[in-house]
Amino acid sequence: MASLYHSRKRRNAIAMGLCVGATGIGLAWLFVILSTLLWNGAGGINLAVFTQMTPPPNVHGGGLLNAIVGSLIMTTIGIAIGAPIGLFAGTYMAEYGRYEKLTTVTRFINDILLSAPSIIIGLFIYGAVVVPMHGFSGIAGALALAVIVIPVVVRTTENMLLLVPQQLREAATGLGLPRSVVVQKVAYKAAKTGLITGLLLAVARISGETAPLLFTALSNQFWSIDLTREIANLPVTINNFINNPDPNWKRLAWAGALIITFAVLALNIAARAIGSRSATK
Amino acid sequence: MSEATLAPPAGGRTTTANRNMVLSSLRNGDRFFFWATRLSAWIVLLILGGIIGSLFVGAWPAIREFGIGFLTTQRWAPNAQPDPVLGGLGPIYGTLVSSLIAMVIAVPVGLGVAVFLTELCPQKLRQPISTAIELLAGIPSIIYGMWGFFVLGPFLAEYVEPALIATFEHVPVLNQIFKGPASNLSLFNASLVLAIMILPFITSISRDVFLTVPPVLKEAAYGVGCTTWEVVKNVVLPYTRVGVIGGIMLALGRALGETMAVTFVIGNSFKIQTSIFAPATTISAAIASEFAEASDVHQSALILLGLLLFVLTFIVLAAARLMLMRVEKKAGN
Repeated sequence: MASLYHSRKRRNAIAMGLCVGATGIGLAWLFVILSTLLWNGAGGINLAVFTQMTPPPNVHGGGLLNAIVGSLIMTTIGIAIGAPIGLFAGTYMAEYGRYEKLTTVTRFINDILLSAPSIIIGLFIYGAVVVPMHGFSGIAGALALAVIVIPVVVRTTENMLLLVPQQLREAATGLGLPRSVVVQKVAYKAAKTGLITGLLLAVARISGETAPLLFTALSNQFWSIDLTREIANLPVTINNFINNPDPNWKRLAWAGALIITFAVLALNIAARAIGSRSATK
Repeated sequence: MSEATLAPPAGGRTTTANRNMVLSSLRNGDRFFFWATRLSAWIVLLILGGIIGSLFVGAWPAIREFGIGFLTTQRWAPNAQPDPVLGGLGPIYGTLVSSLIAMVIAVPVGLGVAVFLTELCPQKLRQPISTAIELLAGIPSIIYGMWGFFVLGPFLAEYVEPALIATFEHVPVLNQIFKGPASNLSLFNASLVLAIMILPFITSISRDVFLTVPPVLKEAAYGVGCTTWEVVKNVVLPYTRVGVIGGIMLALGRALGETMAVTFVIGNSFKIQTSIFAPATTISAAIASEFAEASDVHQSALILLGLLLFVLTFIVLAAARLMLMRVEKKAGN
């Protein structure tokens, strides 16, 4: 009897010890990756990174200005195209067609698009935009990002609108407001923080995306904000620079990696903070 | 009373005419908004159709050229004379095996973390630890690639791989799988990076489904004297089986399509080797590293690989969603 008791206790201790160990491993990865980034990237950060163009190989100095600006432009356009479509689609699913077949199917497909490999999105935009336009372009890159944004925004919009109490809508409708005004002035307002969270998550998601830009926006050594041509962007620049033996390019690549990661993590944490603040209200 | 009736007649129109104008503009706005949202919902479906259509069109020359033999040919020689020989077996094998090894590593660890978070962790630490684990999912994939290439790869090749090779040197079968020489760029390295990347998906979904277990079930088990481990094994896991498998499949879907991280560390070799310490390639890595320079049938073959990857991930993700939907229904009742 005593031995059975002890063996059960021992087994429990081992299993729970492994669970604690697993958590330790998970946290250790995060710590190791972030400290690697800081170690390699912090030394490369200086004012020139933000104010100068990407240098040619084997030249000292230079920065990432064109890549940072290109990334910002494409991210902005990607959000500007993707977010309204996602918002409207999520609105339809939660407000108009909550019990329709279209909603069920769209929700299912949207969830799959949410986790679809981003390189496939790149291939899609290559076939749909780059080939007909006869060349890589910033607009193609922005469209690829927009395709990634849509499912993220659809998901959060639908979820957040479903949380809005039905009584609010009934009260507004009882005043004689048309459906669209109820949605825009009441439901959107009630779900505002959730919608912002979704938007921030979408920005975070596309800021670091490299694969869909590899053969849509390509990259550009020089300053260019012409959307119909190749445009420099941070992820692809990092990808090109890190694979080169030139130490200056390597330094800039690590600096860029540090900037991107901390920007993305800050967005993630901000989104969470806003989200949890609204949840506790 | 709405403003439209109180306002004095404007522009020479009567009050009723004004009222009708406001109403009709509201009606039009209403109709416009309805159709704009409905159209957007359709756009989501159209994107899926567009992806499949454009991949199929792009892949068609390769399908015509190689047919079903594409799936069984290992040789990948885009510059062979007179005609290029392109077979997808190497990347398909690499995709499946790297994801499989990643799952073998990440599933126990991910579930362990979820158990820790739901059963053991002090309430105060729960939120910070979950957030930290989930932040792993936020780190861009290219960062994992760089880290795997510069930090993890050399570390594995220096310490871990030689130890494994020495351990299994005289064991049949295993000595082929764990065969030297140790290498910075290998299938094993890629699998480990993948495992870290999918860990947060497994953890966050398992944690969520673990929380759906009715407390009364667990309390009953504790009441009859079960240890925490016994409660997890005999109550929590059986109750949440479907959801956990759904979460695992979702993570698998991610692993199959992961691109940049794998491209950095897998070594891009189309040759299939039994040793997991040898370089290999995956579908996404092959596309990422060759597509920009490819042309004609070479490019088409890469798109065909992409189509295969999309179909594969679609099936896995669809299965995952169906399972998770069952859990949601159960939790809703």
